[in-house]
Amino acid sequence: MTDALTTTLHGPAPEGQLVRDMLRRAAWAAPALIAVFGLIWGVPGALSTSYAIGLVCVNFVLAATAMTYSARVSVAMMGVAAMFGFLIRLAIIFAAVLLVRDAWWVELVPLGVTIIVTHLGLLFWEMKYVSASLAFPGLKPKTQEYTPT
Amino acid sequence: MSTLSTLGIIAQETAQNAADVKAAAAAQSAGYAYGLAAIGPGIGIGYLVGQSVQAMARQPEAAGMVRTTMFLGIAFTEALALIGFVVFILLKFV
Repeated sequence: MTDALTTTLHGPAPEGQLVRDMLRRAAWAAPALIAVFGLIWGVPGALSTSYAIGLVCVNFVLAATAMTYSARVSVAMMGVAAMFGFLIRLAIIFAAVLLVRDAWWVELVPLGVTIIVTHLGLLFWEMKYVSASLAFPGLKPKTQEYTPT
Repeated sequence: MSTLSTLGIIAQETAQNAADVKAAAAAQSAGYAYGLAAIGPGIGIGYLVGQSVQAMARQPEAAGMVRTTMFLGIAFTEALALIGFVVFILLKFV
């Protein structure tokens, strides 16, 4: 067993790969969600939904970036980044919503609902494509990338 | 006449006080919702990350697999705090 304070992790970062894939899926799904909430709440609903999707994407990117860079320092530092990153990212979302809550284009209900739906929806969607194996720790390989012998 | 106007003023003040009390109660409930919603995920993420760090330190060759699971676990746990946050903004501002 090695020490968590001195063990560093180099090489490809699976969380970065996951987040890139999630952003690609968000780009596909966002127009549909924006259209639905736009029909219900009008232009403010559509704009609020876009803002919320952007917030969730930024949240995922920040989480992955913090973990990737801290893992190069040490495993323990990655733990610190994950724990405090959680608090910092919650504060960022809180501040981002507080800053715009009185703007004309903000509808709080679609904003809040989109934050939850997008966050959970992207995660559940991504879970179908995750491969937690030693050979492929990120996404499942496509058949042309990997041919079993 | 003066008794009636005094009663009217008292009624107005009482209504104002009731509105203030209601607003204060909503703010207090929103604060509790957000605070309580952050405690559980905080404990969850702490436990999850602690165990993952231990696993990665024990077996660095499995770090990629553990990181994938940890990242998804953190994101799912964080969703609980986000739900609390949405309840907070709905209670406080809507």
